[in-house]
Amino acid sequence: MLQANQLLIERHFEPVFAPVDLQVQARELWLVTGANGAGKTTLLRLLAGLLRPSNGSVRCTAPAMRFLGHALGLKEDLTVTENLAFAAALNGRGDLSLDDAITEVGLDEARFQAARTLSAGQRKRCALARLLLSPATLWLLDEPYANLDAQGVGLVDRLLEGQLSRGGSCVMSTHGALRPPDLPYRELVVQRAVARV
Amino acid sequence: MSGQVFLPLLKRDLLLAFRRRSEVLQPLIFLLVVVSLFPIGVGPGPQILARIAVGVIWIAALLATVLSLDSLFRSDFEDGSLEQLVISGHPLALVALAKVLAHWLVAGLPLVLLSPLLAVWMNLGEGGLMVLVISLALGTPILSLLGAIGSALTVSLRGGGQLLSLLVFPLYVPILIMATSAVTSATDGLPYLGQLGLIAAGLVAALTLAPWAIAAALKLSLE
Repeated sequence: MLQANQLLIERHFEPVFAPVDLQVQARELWLVTGANGAGKTTLLRLLAGLLRPSNGSVRCTAPAMRFLGHALGLKEDLTVTENLAFAAALNGRGDLSLDDAITEVGLDEARFQAARTLSAGQRKRCALARLLLSPATLWLLDEPYANLDAQGVGLVDRLLEGQLSRGGSCVMSTHGALRPPDLPYRELVVQRAVARV
Repeated sequence: MSGQVFLPLLKRDLLLAFRRRSEVLQPLIFLLVVVSLFPIGVGPGPQILARIAVGVIWIAALLATVLSLDSLFRSDFEDGSLEQLVISGHPLALVALAKVLAHWLVAGLPLVLLSPLLAVWMNLGEGGLMVLVISLALGTPILSLLGAIGSALTVSLRGGGQLLSLLVFPLYVPILIMATSAVTSATDGLPYLGQLGLIAAGLVAALTLAPWAIAAALKLSLE
Protein backbone atom coordinates (compact mmCIF):
# COMPACT_ATOMS: atom_id res chain seq x y z
CA MET A 1 0.00 0.00 0.00
CA LEU A 2 2.83 2.31 0.88
CA GLN A 3 6.46 1.71 0.18
CA ALA A 4 9.46 3.77 1.15
CA ASN A 5 12.98 2.97 0.04
CA GLN A 6 16.04 4.44 1.72
CA LEU A 7 13.98 7.52 2.44
CA LEU A 8 16.04 10.48 3.50
CA ILE A 9 15.57 14.21 3.76
CA GLU A 10 18.20 16.82 4.36
CA ARG A 11 17.81 20.11 6.15
CA HIS A 12 20.70 22.52 5.78
CA PHE A 13 22.73 19.73 4.16
CA GLU A 14 22.36 17.48 7.22
CA PRO A 15 20.13 14.40 7.08
CA VAL A 16 17.23 14.66 9.54
CA PHE A 17 17.07 10.94 10.31
CA ALA A 18 18.81 7.72 9.33
CA PRO A 19 17.48 6.34 6.01
CA VAL A 20 14.07 4.71 6.41
CA ASP A 21 12.77 1.58 4.71
CA LEU A 22 9.11 0.88 5.15
CA GLN A 23 6.59 -1.39 3.55
CA VAL A 24 3.00 -1.03 4.67
CA GLN A 25 0.61 -3.83 3.74
CA ALA A 26 -3.15 -3.94 4.04
CA ARG A 27 -4.45 -4.48 7.60
CA GLU A 28 -1.22 -3.29 9.13
CA LEU A 29 -0.78 -0.74 11.85
CA TRP A 30 2.62 0.91 11.99
CA LEU A 31 3.78 2.89 14.95
CA VAL A 32 6.45 5.46 14.24
CA THR A 33 8.30 6.06 17.47
CA GLY A 34 11.30 8.11 18.40
CA ALA A 35 12.44 10.82 20.75
CA ASN A 36 11.25 14.42 20.45
CA GLY A 37 12.91 15.98 17.46
CA ALA A 38 13.87 12.65 15.91
CA GLY A 39 11.88 13.50 12.79
CA LYS A 40 8.61 11.60 13.19
CA THR A 41 6.52 14.44 11.84
CA THR A 42 8.96 15.03 8.99
CA LEU A 43 8.78 11.35 8.09
CA LEU A 44 4.99 11.38 8.04
CA ARG A 45 4.94 14.51 5.89
CA LEU A 46 7.36 12.80 3.52
CA LEU A 47 5.12 9.75 3.34
CA ALA A 48 2.12 11.99 2.68
CA GLY A 49 3.94 13.59 -0.22
CA LEU A 50 4.03 17.04 1.35
CA LEU A 51 7.82 17.09 1.37
CA ARG A 52 10.16 16.02 -1.37
CA PRO A 53 12.75 13.47 -0.26
CA SER A 54 16.42 14.32 -0.79
CA ASN A 55 17.10 10.68 -1.47
CA GLY A 56 15.07 7.50 -1.86
CA SER A 57 11.45 7.29 -2.88
CA VAL A 58 7.91 6.91 -1.60
CA ARG A 59 5.39 4.91 -3.58
CA CYS A 60 1.77 5.05 -2.53
CA THR A 61 -0.57 2.57 -4.18
CA ALA A 62 -3.50 3.17 -1.83
CA PRO A 63 -6.48 4.57 -3.74
CA ALA A 64 -7.14 7.20 -1.08
CA MET A 65 -5.10 8.57 1.78
CA ARG A 66 -5.93 10.76 4.77
CA PHE A 67 -3.38 12.74 6.68
CA LEU A 68 -3.88 14.21 10.12
CA GLY A 69 -1.09 16.51 11.21
CA HIS A 70 -0.43 18.73 14.19
CA ALA A 71 -2.30 21.50 12.39
CA LEU A 72 -5.71 19.92 12.22
CA GLY A 73 -7.06 21.74 9.19
CA LEU A 74 -10.15 23.12 10.91
CA LYS A 75 -11.40 26.61 10.12
CA GLU A 76 -11.78 28.59 13.32
CA ASP A 77 -14.79 30.53 12.11
CA LEU A 78 -16.78 27.55 10.90
CA THR A 79 -18.89 25.33 13.12
CA VAL A 80 -18.13 21.67 13.65
CA THR A 81 -20.85 20.73 11.19
CA GLU A 82 -19.64 23.19 8.55
CA ASN A 83 -16.05 22.04 8.89
CA LEU A 84 -17.05 18.42 8.44
CA ALA A 85 -19.43 19.19 5.58
CA PHE A 86 -16.58 20.85 3.72
CA ALA A 87 -14.27 17.90 4.36
CA ALA A 88 -16.94 15.52 3.12
CA ALA A 89 -17.47 17.59 -0.01
CA LEU A 90 -13.73 17.67 -0.63
CA ASN A 91 -12.93 14.03 0.02
CA GLY A 92 -16.18 12.35 -0.87
CA ARG A 93 -18.50 10.75 1.61
CA GLY A 94 -18.83 7.18 2.82
CA ASP A 95 -21.88 5.48 4.27
CA LEU A 96 -21.82 7.36 7.52
CA SER A 97 -23.95 10.50 7.73
CA LEU A 98 -22.58 13.75 9.09
CA ASP A 99 -24.71 13.52 12.23
CA ASP A 100 -23.64 9.95 12.94
CA ALA A 101 -19.99 10.86 12.58
CA ILE A 102 -20.40 13.76 15.01
CA THR A 103 -22.17 11.50 17.50
CA GLU A 104 -19.49 8.86 17.09
CA VAL A 105 -16.71 11.25 18.10
CA GLY A 106 -18.81 12.64 20.96
CA LEU A 107 -19.30 16.18 19.73
CA ASP A 108 -23.10 16.15 19.79
CA GLU A 109 -23.42 19.16 22.03
CA ALA A 110 -20.75 21.17 20.25
CA ARG A 111 -22.23 20.56 16.81
CA PHE A 112 -23.09 24.21 16.12
CA GLN A 113 -20.15 25.71 17.98
CA ALA A 114 -17.47 27.52 16.04
CA ALA A 115 -14.22 25.58 16.01
CA ARG A 116 -12.42 28.43 17.79
CA THR A 117 -14.58 27.91 20.89
CA LEU A 118 -13.68 24.22 21.13
CA SER A 119 -11.07 22.84 23.48
CA ALA A 120 -7.94 21.24 22.05
CA GLY A 121 -9.34 17.77 22.67
CA GLN A 122 -12.65 18.61 21.03
CA ARG A 123 -10.83 19.96 18.00
CA LYS A 124 -8.92 16.73 17.74
CA ARG A 125 -12.18 14.81 17.90
CA CYS A 126 -13.62 16.98 15.15
CA ALA A 127 -10.59 16.27 12.96
CA LEU A 128 -10.89 12.55 13.71
CA ALA A 129 -14.50 12.66 12.52
CA ARG A 130 -13.11 13.42 9.05
CA LEU A 131 -11.52 9.97 9.02
CA LEU A 132 -14.94 8.45 9.66
CA LEU A 133 -16.72 10.52 7.03
CA SER A 134 -14.60 9.77 4.03
CA PRO A 135 -13.16 6.29 4.01
CA ALA A 136 -9.59 5.95 2.88
CA THR A 137 -7.48 2.84 2.73
CA LEU A 138 -4.42 4.53 4.19
CA TRP A 139 -4.27 6.79 7.21
CA LEU A 140 -1.23 8.80 8.20
CA LEU A 141 -1.78 10.14 11.71
CA ASP A 142 0.64 12.38 13.50
CA GLU A 143 0.28 11.92 17.26
CA PRO A 144 -3.41 11.03 17.19
CA TYR A 145 -3.44 10.66 20.99
CA ALA A 146 -2.24 14.18 21.72
CA ASN A 147 -4.69 16.30 23.72
CA LEU A 148 -7.24 13.53 24.09
CA ASP A 149 -8.80 12.33 27.36
CA ALA A 150 -9.13 8.64 28.24
CA GLN A 151 -12.37 8.35 26.28
CA GLY A 152 -10.77 10.06 23.33
CA VAL A 153 -7.87 7.61 23.41
CA GLY A 154 -10.48 4.84 23.36
CA LEU A 155 -12.08 6.53 20.39
CA VAL A 156 -8.81 6.52 18.45
CA ASP A 157 -8.31 2.84 19.26
CA ARG A 158 -11.85 2.11 18.07
CA LEU A 159 -11.24 4.01 14.84
CA LEU A 160 -7.99 2.14 14.25
CA GLU A 161 -9.67 -1.20 14.89
CA GLY A 162 -12.41 -0.36 12.39
CA GLN A 163 -9.84 0.76 9.84
CA LEU A 164 -7.85 -2.47 10.10
CA SER A 165 -10.95 -4.67 9.96
CA ARG A 166 -12.04 -2.88 6.79
CA GLY A 167 -8.75 -3.90 5.23
CA GLY A 168 -7.17 -0.49 5.52
CA SER A 169 -3.90 0.36 7.12
CA CYS A 170 -2.47 3.12 9.20
CA VAL A 171 0.87 4.69 9.97
CA MET A 172 0.82 6.75 13.14
CA SER A 173 3.46 8.48 15.15
CA THR A 174 3.68 8.54 18.91
CA HIS A 175 6.44 9.77 21.16
CA GLY A 176 6.08 6.76 23.38
CA ALA A 177 4.73 8.36 26.55
CA LEU A 178 1.25 7.22 25.58
CA ARG A 179 0.55 3.54 25.55
CA PRO A 180 0.41 1.80 22.19
CA PRO A 181 -3.07 0.68 21.15
CA ASP A 182 -4.39 -2.76 22.10
CA LEU A 183 -3.92 -3.92 18.56
CA PRO A 184 -1.18 -5.86 16.85
CA TYR A 185 1.25 -3.34 15.47
CA ARG A 186 4.65 -3.05 13.92
CA GLU A 187 7.08 -0.47 15.04
CA LEU A 188 9.40 1.79 13.15
CA VAL A 189 11.93 3.60 15.27
CA VAL A 190 13.09 6.87 13.81
CA GLN A 191 16.67 7.50 14.77
CA ARG A 192 18.50 10.71 14.62
CA ALA A 193 21.02 10.70 11.84
CA VAL A 194 24.63 10.32 12.83
CA ALA A 195 26.12 13.77 12.53
CA ARG A 196 28.74 14.08 9.86
CA VAL A 197 31.97 15.45 11.18
CA MET B 1 -11.22 9.91 -5.77
CA SER B 2 -14.69 11.28 -5.26
CA GLY B 3 -15.58 14.72 -4.07
CA GLN B 4 -15.15 18.11 -5.62
CA VAL B 5 -13.06 21.07 -4.82
CA PHE B 6 -14.00 24.21 -6.74
CA LEU B 7 -17.54 24.93 -5.57
CA PRO B 8 -17.18 23.71 -1.97
CA LEU B 9 -14.01 25.74 -1.53
CA LEU B 10 -15.56 28.84 -3.10
CA LYS B 11 -18.59 28.48 -0.84
CA ARG B 12 -16.41 27.95 2.23
CA ASP B 13 -14.26 30.99 1.51
CA LEU B 14 -17.27 33.21 0.92
CA LEU B 15 -18.81 31.98 4.17
CA LEU B 16 -15.54 32.66 6.00
CA ALA B 17 -15.39 36.13 4.48
CA PHE B 18 -18.93 36.75 5.68
CA ARG B 19 -18.02 35.59 9.20
CA ARG B 20 -15.11 38.01 9.36
CA ARG B 21 -16.71 40.80 7.38
CA SER B 22 -15.08 43.54 9.43
CA GLU B 23 -11.67 42.32 8.25
CA VAL B 24 -12.88 42.06 4.67
CA LEU B 25 -14.25 45.59 4.75
CA GLN B 26 -11.00 47.16 5.95
CA PRO B 27 -9.28 47.40 2.53
CA LEU B 28 -12.43 48.94 1.04
CA ILE B 29 -12.66 51.54 3.76
CA PHE B 30 -8.95 52.19 3.26
CA LEU B 31 -9.65 52.78 -0.42
CA LEU B 32 -12.48 55.21 0.34
CA VAL B 33 -10.37 57.10 2.85
CA VAL B 34 -7.34 57.39 0.57
CA VAL B 35 -9.35 58.63 -2.38
CA SER B 36 -11.36 61.06 -0.29
CA LEU B 37 -8.16 62.53 1.18
CA PHE B 38 -6.97 63.69 -2.23
CA PRO B 39 -9.48 66.50 -2.77
CA ILE B 40 -8.51 67.76 0.70
CA GLY B 41 -4.81 67.39 0.09
CA VAL B 42 -4.41 68.83 -3.40
CA GLY B 43 -7.30 71.27 -3.16
CA PRO B 44 -10.80 70.94 -4.56
CA GLY B 45 -9.99 72.58 -7.93
CA PRO B 46 -11.99 70.53 -10.46
CA GLN B 47 -9.34 70.66 -13.18
CA ILE B 48 -6.49 69.29 -11.09
CA LEU B 49 -8.70 66.59 -9.60
CA ALA B 50 -9.96 65.49 -12.99
CA ARG B 51 -6.37 65.23 -14.26
CA ILE B 52 -5.21 62.96 -11.43
CA ALA B 53 -8.52 61.11 -10.91
CA VAL B 54 -7.70 57.89 -12.78
CA GLY B 55 -4.24 57.57 -11.30
CA VAL B 56 -5.48 58.11 -7.76
CA ILE B 57 -8.35 55.67 -8.05
CA TRP B 58 -6.23 52.98 -9.68
CA ILE B 59 -3.32 53.34 -7.26
CA ALA B 60 -5.72 53.22 -4.32
CA ALA B 61 -7.20 50.07 -5.87
CA LEU B 62 -3.72 48.52 -6.09
CA LEU B 63 -2.99 49.36 -2.46
CA ALA B 64 -6.33 48.01 -1.28
CA THR B 65 -5.79 44.78 -3.21
CA VAL B 66 -2.31 44.22 -1.80
CA LEU B 67 -3.64 44.89 1.71
CA SER B 68 -6.15 42.10 1.35
CA LEU B 69 -3.79 39.71 -0.44
CA ASP B 70 -1.56 39.02 2.53
CA SER B 71 -4.27 37.02 4.26
CA LEU B 72 -5.30 35.09 1.14
CA PHE B 73 -3.47 31.86 1.98
CA ARG B 74 -2.19 32.67 5.47
CA SER B 75 -4.97 31.20 7.59
CA ASP B 76 -5.16 28.09 5.40
CA PHE B 77 -1.43 27.67 5.76
CA GLU B 78 -1.41 28.11 9.50
CA ASP B 79 -4.36 25.91 10.44
CA GLY B 80 -3.37 23.02 8.18
CA SER B 81 -6.22 23.42 5.70
CA LEU B 82 -3.72 23.90 2.90
CA GLU B 83 -2.10 20.54 3.65
CA GLN B 84 -5.50 18.90 3.54
CA LEU B 85 -6.26 20.55 0.20
CA VAL B 86 -2.94 19.39 -1.26
CA ILE B 87 -3.36 15.85 0.01
CA SER B 88 -6.96 15.60 -1.17
CA GLY B 89 -5.49 14.95 -4.60
CA HIS B 90 -7.54 17.57 -6.38
CA PRO B 91 -5.68 19.70 -8.91
CA LEU B 92 -4.01 22.45 -6.93
CA ALA B 93 -4.51 24.90 -9.80
CA LEU B 94 -8.26 24.50 -9.34
CA VAL B 95 -7.86 25.11 -5.61
CA ALA B 96 -5.91 28.27 -6.43
CA LEU B 97 -8.53 29.45 -8.91
CA ALA B 98 -11.35 28.96 -6.41
CA LYS B 99 -9.45 30.88 -3.73
CA VAL B 100 -8.63 33.72 -6.12
CA LEU B 101 -12.21 33.92 -7.35
CA ALA B 102 -13.45 34.13 -3.76
CA HIS B 103 -10.87 36.83 -3.08
CA TRP B 104 -11.92 38.83 -6.11
CA LEU B 105 -15.61 38.54 -5.22
CA VAL B 106 -15.05 40.03 -1.77
CA ALA B 107 -12.15 42.41 -2.50
CA GLY B 108 -12.22 43.22 -6.22
CA LEU B 109 -15.87 43.33 -7.16
CA PRO B 110 -16.91 45.83 -4.45
CA LEU B 111 -14.08 48.02 -5.67
CA VAL B 112 -15.51 47.97 -9.20
CA LEU B 113 -18.96 48.77 -7.85
CA LEU B 114 -17.64 51.65 -5.74
CA SER B 115 -15.64 53.20 -8.55
CA PRO B 116 -18.45 55.39 -10.01
CA LEU B 117 -18.79 57.05 -6.61
CA LEU B 118 -15.04 57.59 -6.44
CA ALA B 119 -15.11 59.00 -9.97
CA VAL B 120 -17.68 61.58 -8.90
CA TRP B 121 -15.57 62.56 -5.87
CA MET B 122 -12.56 63.03 -8.09
CA ASN B 123 -14.54 64.93 -10.71
CA LEU B 124 -13.63 62.49 -13.47
CA GLY B 125 -15.16 63.53 -16.80
CA GLU B 126 -18.35 61.95 -18.05
CA GLY B 127 -16.59 60.17 -20.90
CA GLY B 128 -14.13 58.47 -18.60
CA LEU B 129 -16.56 57.02 -16.09
CA MET B 130 -17.68 54.00 -18.10
CA VAL B 131 -14.14 53.23 -19.24
CA LEU B 132 -12.88 53.46 -15.66
CA VAL B 133 -15.46 50.93 -14.53
CA ILE B 134 -14.63 48.59 -17.42
CA SER B 135 -10.88 48.92 -16.84
CA LEU B 136 -11.37 48.07 -13.17
CA ALA B 137 -13.70 45.17 -13.97
CA LEU B 138 -11.07 43.72 -16.32
CA GLY B 139 -8.05 44.77 -14.29
CA THR B 140 -8.89 43.83 -10.69
CA PRO B 141 -9.09 40.09 -11.47
CA ILE B 142 -5.54 40.38 -12.86
CA LEU B 143 -4.48 42.09 -9.63
CA SER B 144 -5.96 39.21 -7.64
CA LEU B 145 -4.39 36.53 -9.84
CA LEU B 146 -0.88 38.03 -9.96
CA GLY B 147 -1.04 38.99 -6.32
CA ALA B 148 -2.01 35.47 -5.35
CA ILE B 149 1.29 34.22 -6.81
CA GLY B 150 3.17 36.57 -4.51
CA SER B 151 0.91 35.68 -1.61
CA ALA B 152 1.53 31.96 -2.16
CA LEU B 153 5.29 32.53 -2.37
CA THR B 154 5.47 34.53 0.85
CA VAL B 155 2.91 32.65 2.93
CA SER B 156 5.49 30.66 4.87
CA LEU B 157 7.72 33.66 5.59
CA ARG B 158 7.73 35.82 8.65
CA GLY B 159 6.79 39.37 7.72
CA GLY B 160 5.84 38.19 4.25
CA GLY B 161 3.51 41.15 3.87
CA GLN B 162 6.21 43.69 3.11
CA LEU B 163 7.98 41.33 0.75
CA LEU B 164 4.67 40.66 -0.95
CA SER B 165 4.19 44.31 -1.87
CA LEU B 166 7.76 44.51 -3.19
CA LEU B 167 7.17 41.43 -5.31
CA VAL B 168 3.79 42.33 -6.64
CA PHE B 169 3.83 46.07 -7.37
CA PRO B 170 6.31 45.83 -10.28
CA LEU B 171 4.03 43.25 -11.89
CA TYR B 172 1.11 45.65 -11.60
CA VAL B 173 2.84 48.44 -13.52
CA PRO B 174 1.74 47.39 -17.05
CA ILE B 175 -1.90 47.13 -15.97
CA LEU B 176 -1.69 50.54 -14.33
CA ILE B 177 -0.25 52.07 -17.50
CA MET B 178 -2.88 50.51 -19.76
CA ALA B 179 -5.78 51.39 -17.49
CA THR B 180 -4.83 55.02 -16.91
CA SER B 181 -4.02 55.44 -20.58
CA ALA B 182 -7.43 54.05 -21.57
CA VAL B 183 -9.35 56.31 -19.23
CA THR B 184 -7.33 59.42 -20.13
CA SER B 185 -7.87 58.73 -23.83
CA ALA B 186 -11.58 58.34 -23.24
CA THR B 187 -11.89 61.65 -21.37
CA ASP B 188 -9.90 63.33 -24.15
CA GLY B 189 -12.17 61.83 -26.77
CA LEU B 190 -9.49 59.59 -28.24
CA PRO B 191 -9.86 55.88 -29.08
CA TYR B 192 -9.37 53.70 -26.02
CA LEU B 193 -10.43 50.24 -27.15
CA GLY B 194 -6.85 49.18 -27.83
CA GLN B 195 -5.77 49.65 -24.22
CA LEU B 196 -8.90 47.92 -22.92
CA GLY B 197 -8.21 45.08 -25.35
CA LEU B 198 -4.72 44.72 -23.96
CA ILE B 199 -6.06 44.57 -20.41
CA ALA B 200 -8.55 41.92 -21.51
CA ALA B 201 -5.74 39.95 -23.13
CA GLY B 202 -3.76 40.26 -19.91
CA LEU B 203 -6.76 38.92 -17.99
CA VAL B 204 -7.02 35.88 -20.27
CA ALA B 205 -3.30 35.24 -19.95
CA ALA B 206 -3.35 35.61 -16.15
CA LEU B 207 -6.45 33.43 -15.86
CA THR B 208 -4.85 30.59 -17.79
CA LEU B 209 -1.30 30.79 -16.46
CA ALA B 210 -1.48 32.18 -12.92
CA PRO B 211 -3.31 29.21 -11.31
CA TRP B 212 -0.39 26.93 -12.18
CA ALA B 213 2.13 29.40 -10.85
CA ILE B 214 0.10 29.75 -7.64
CA ALA B 215 -0.12 25.97 -7.28
CA ALA B 216 3.64 25.60 -7.70
CA ALA B 217 4.30 28.40 -5.21
CA LEU B 218 1.96 26.81 -2.66
CA LYS B 219 3.75 23.48 -2.96
CA LEU B 220 7.06 25.22 -2.41
CA SER B 221 5.76 27.03 0.64
CA LEU B 222 4.62 23.79 2.26
CA GLU B 223 8.10 22.26 2.11
